[in-house]
Amino acid sequence: MTLPEIIQVVLFLGLLTGLTPILGNYLYLALDGRNHILKPVLGSTERLMYRIIKVNPDDEMNWRGYASALLLFNLAGLIFVFTIQVFQGSLPLNPAGLPDVSWHSALNTAVSFVTNTNWQGYAGETTLSYFVQMVGLTVQNFVSAATGIAVLLAVIRSISRNNTDKIGNFWADIVRSVIYVLLPLSIFLAIALAGQGVIQNFKSYEAVHTLEGGQQILPMGPVASQVAIKQIGTNGGGYFNSNSSHPFENPTPFSNFLEMLFILLIPAALTITYGKMTGSVRQGWALFSVMMIMLISGLLIALYGEYSGNPLYGNMRLMEGKETRFGIVNSVLWAVSTTAASNGSVNSLHDCLSPLAGMVAMLNIMLGEVVFGGVGAGLYGMIVFIILTVFIAGLMVGRTPEFSGKKIEAFEVQMAIIAILAPAAVILVFSALASVSIEGLSGINNAGPHGLSEILYAFSSAAGNNGSAFAGLNSNTTFYNLTLAAGMLIGRFGVIIPVLAIAGNLAGKKYTPPSTGTFHTDNWLFIILLIAVILIVGGLTFFPALSLGPVLDHLLLQGGITF
Amino acid sequence: MSTHRSPGFFNRQILLQATGESFKKLNPVLLVKNPVIFIVAIGALITSVVVFSDLLRGEFSSFNIQIATWLWFTVLFANFSEAMAESRGKAQADSLRKSRTQTRARKMEGKQEVQVYATDLRKGDIVICETGDIIPSDGEVMEGIASVDESAITGESAPVIRESGGDRSAVTGGTRVISDRILIRITAEQGDTFIDHMISLVEGARRKKTPNEIALSILLSGLSVIFLLAVVTLPAFFGYNLSASGMPGSQNLSVPVLIALLVCLIPTTIGGLLSAIGISGIDRLLQRNVIATSGRAIEAAGDIDVLLLDKTGTITLGNRMATNFIPAEGVKVEELADAAQLSSLSDETPEGRSIVVLAKEKFNIRGRDIKTLHATFIPFTAQTRMSGVDLVSESGRVRRIRKGSSESVRTFVQNNNGFFPQKIQNIVAELSGQGATPLVVAEDNRVLGVIHLKDVVKGGIRQRFAELRKMGIRTVMITGDNSLTAAAIAAEAGVDDFMAEARPEDKLKRIWQEQSKGHLVGMIGDGTNDAPALAQADIGIAMNSGTQAAREAGNMIDLDSNPTKLIEVVEVGKQLLMTRGSLTTFSIANDVAKYFAIIPAIAVSLYSGRAVAGPLSSLNIMNLGSPESAILSAVIFNAIIIILLVPLALKGVRYRPVSSNNALIRNLLFFGLGGLVAPFAGIKLIDLLINL
Repeated sequence: MTLPEIIQVVLFLGLLTGLTPILGNYLYLALDGRNHILKPVLGSTERLMYRIIKVNPDDEMNWRGYASALLLFNLAGLIFVFTIQVFQGSLPLNPAGLPDVSWHSALNTAVSFVTNTNWQGYAGETTLSYFVQMVGLTVQNFVSAATGIAVLLAVIRSISRNNTDKIGNFWADIVRSVIYVLLPLSIFLAIALAGQGVIQNFKSYEAVHTLEGGQQILPMGPVASQVAIKQIGTNGGGYFNSNSSHPFENPTPFSNFLEMLFILLIPAALTITYGKMTGSVRQGWALFSVMMIMLISGLLIALYGEYSGNPLYGNMRLMEGKETRFGIVNSVLWAVSTTAASNGSVNSLHDCLSPLAGMVAMLNIMLGEVVFGGVGAGLYGMIVFIILTVFIAGLMVGRTPEFSGKKIEAFEVQMAIIAILAPAAVILVFSALASVSIEGLSGINNAGPHGLSEILYAFSSAAGNNGSAFAGLNSNTTFYNLTLAAGMLIGRFGVIIPVLAIAGNLAGKKYTPPSTGTFHTDNWLFIILLIAVILIVGGLTFFPALSLGPVLDHLLLQGGITF
Repeated sequence: MSTHRSPGFFNRQILLQATGESFKKLNPVLLVKNPVIFIVAIGALITSVVVFSDLLRGEFSSFNIQIATWLWFTVLFANFSEAMAESRGKAQADSLRKSRTQTRARKMEGKQEVQVYATDLRKGDIVICETGDIIPSDGEVMEGIASVDESAITGESAPVIRESGGDRSAVTGGTRVISDRILIRITAEQGDTFIDHMISLVEGARRKKTPNEIALSILLSGLSVIFLLAVVTLPAFFGYNLSASGMPGSQNLSVPVLIALLVCLIPTTIGGLLSAIGISGIDRLLQRNVIATSGRAIEAAGDIDVLLLDKTGTITLGNRMATNFIPAEGVKVEELADAAQLSSLSDETPEGRSIVVLAKEKFNIRGRDIKTLHATFIPFTAQTRMSGVDLVSESGRVRRIRKGSSESVRTFVQNNNGFFPQKIQNIVAELSGQGATPLVVAEDNRVLGVIHLKDVVKGGIRQRFAELRKMGIRTVMITGDNSLTAAAIAAEAGVDDFMAEARPEDKLKRIWQEQSKGHLVGMIGDGTNDAPALAQADIGIAMNSGTQAAREAGNMIDLDSNPTKLIEVVEVGKQLLMTRGSLTTFSIANDVAKYFAIIPAIAVSLYSGRAVAGPLSSLNIMNLGSPESAILSAVIFNAIIIILLVPLALKGVRYRPVSSNNALIRNLLFFGLGGLVAPFAGIKLIDLLINL
């Protein structure tokens, strides 16, 4: 690595850490219904929204009500996005005259955007009209991210409240998340990106003459707005097929830096929001530290993997599939960030990462997308691991387990186990299915263990609602579209529902004040412990699969064997 | 205090009995209660079927046979740990049961006395017990007073007094009347008596899983499901690589190998020891002569963070004692001590006796013959609030010595035309301010000085409270004393808070208050008026000497009736939870090493055509002998570790009163890190032995 590259990485991590408390505090004010800087400007819009949807924001729900509202809302979104795709040929804003989308691809895409996954089995510019991209996908980019925040808010409330069954109003949480957080931030980022040269128009695709004298069709579209929200909302679905390695999505080193920063920004800031809302900022920083330590560790391993090179090519750095304009470091940093944050946008091909770097990317997803993770989703996923950690280790201080003054009992453990089991089951079972079925194997482009990695990555990406692809896997087939769609649904709602159930149960509990005998969850010891539990649970679950995929791949490559 | 000695680990009879029990526990109905071990049993069964069908086809795999054998051992070892825990209480239960069935009762029917079997008694029946009779069942003394030998249940040989009315009216079936005659009304149905409870508790027969145990079982089952998924999907990934490396699909992983991997991964260590830990918790309490009515109570004891302690008997020795003589001006201290002793010679109150003792200790003033003194003793009355002695000397002069409260002595002295010095007044005020009781001593018209009487705080109690504080437990002293006295003692004993002039209903109110703030409260009590508070407290320990009402209200009974026991109960509770957590951590940490043993072993053939050995054998960091020995070593380690940890499960991890952070670090290093490292060493060692 060169000095400027090191400086850039340090600057990136430093800026992320520095902005975390600032944005975290704003999120706290905005999402908790308090007074804040944008309230005078947008407050009337918020109230107008409540009047339109006929909701009283102070009318709170119990966890069942909250979950029902959430499921209904997401189901409606899913049906809508599915419908406009299969009829897009007859709908407006389709200057390229793209035809109706096949039902299984449409289903996959609808599920993908509703679940904040943004897995893209299709190529955006050659499949979807402006109308579908804007009214369907971009809207879901906002509300699926808002859904994640809403679930987190419900969990946070359940921890800060006692003896109640109310965990908040789902509609109010969605409205506040969109109006005060996602919209302003994405407008800001969209303008900044447009300033860097990201396009934003409704023109029809342009034919240009290349230097070689050939002709090329350049797809156009409202790109900047969608790129902004895809990063902010940890969605990751690119406007173009090549995502953020396309110059119209990511034209300059500065836009690259900005996009990477915004991938992690809200998930990081939410840790502080969590701390503020539960009355322990220290706890928030502890969670931030856990995520940051894991991010940096992953980054170091991935960089090691890339820089140790490939013996077949004289151990030189391999640029194939990397973001050639910005270099290996920016490719790796992006890859680690986007998989850590359940974002899924890419600026390089993860398939072309060295096996170790590829494994870090995959592991980031497999560990449950809790290293910052999706907007809201990362932190509520982390709560699940906290419950597990507190339960295993908390006993060792000689008290029944508790977290933030709430006793952790059978019900919480049961739900936490379901939340961990659901995505793990998707990854293992569907990958196994794909690796023995003709339909599954037909999509593989690479022979040897690398092909297995591609399958594992695809289902991990679906289950973790990440959405990035290892590429190399042709997944736009009925088999993959349907299994991945199922995986995304299970990976999303198989976690959300148990987490909301935990929230409902925690809110009803009484608060036990801490003492020197209590198991503390805001010190360095707990940070280490939590990391260990995440690694051990994730590691133990996927060790066999990973050893037969990327580990074997790495060892074979080091032995000079290719396929 | 005598304690029930628990039989040693290597008691031959117990070992034999437990071994027999471990086979009986193979009954699927019993096994299914422990999901983790049930999975192992199914695995063992499947492997056995594989072995037998192979044999029928004339194939013989010594590897499969060994795997099957060790899987069965794993199940047996888990059963054995439970049987060991149970057997420790069983011997005691047997003797208790015997005493009950042979007892006859003298039942009153109207005015008639009828001989019946104790087992035929019903609630409400009235029986007579005289010297030598065994009390047939639990009851309440209606009439009479008797001394009772309760050693059968408490192990304490000194007899106790049981009498009608008051707080000592409860009698327990199985105990023996050693003097006098009492009329008892039976208060418990057969099968529901104290002894019945004790039998079922020590045997673990009626033991229900505690809430935390249930939660932990869910966690363990959940982890098992995750590992089941990891193992079940493995052949698919393996098969993929087989075909990728051009090897035949028939070389895929065999069922015994997969089962071996699964059993190594699921948390069998803690799964196998979980119920032994729970039973031994009850057993450890029993060794301290405390009977818990449920395992849930022991668990709750670990969570207690507020202890309500009665001052008298718990924090202080029962009574106030003389600790110092402070003479008035112009009076020698010996003179004061002499007078004080004279005035107390026939004062049989503990305070009086303590004055005599102090005079002897400090000034070597011996007891004198009362007769030669020609003394008349003036006993204490509520009216005079003084006691003392009138001595007639040989000259016929009468010396009138009095001790009592400052007001009454002042009146006495002034009536004799003496005066009450200001300095004495000051001393009295000062001592009262310290919470002590000053007794003023006077002779005729002269004030001699002051005896300093105070509550004596039990030795070591201050340190005990400091330890409790470190563990995050707050102590609250309850006393009927005025707040000045209470504050002084509270400061001396080092309690965190006190309640002065407390009435029984104040106790209940305090418990409510603490609980509403989220605290868990433990208390110990004996009287009927303690019953509501005992019932409300999260841990209510009733003293065995207390009333039936108190014993029913509490969730533990202290057979020694020793109030300090509460602290030990909390420690046992914490120890139980620590043991559970530590072994869970150990069990999960073990898995890492097992992966490193088994994965390279099963994948050694993959791509081995191209490289010398399969590339994944570089994960064989333990450098195990052969793939078969690697898998076998992991399985053997997995089975043996259960047996090795049985003593730890039964004894509990070492407990020290330290802060949660220190306890966590210690246990993490030992069981977390130890759990990570130990299997590497263990598996390697077993592998070396196998390959000898």
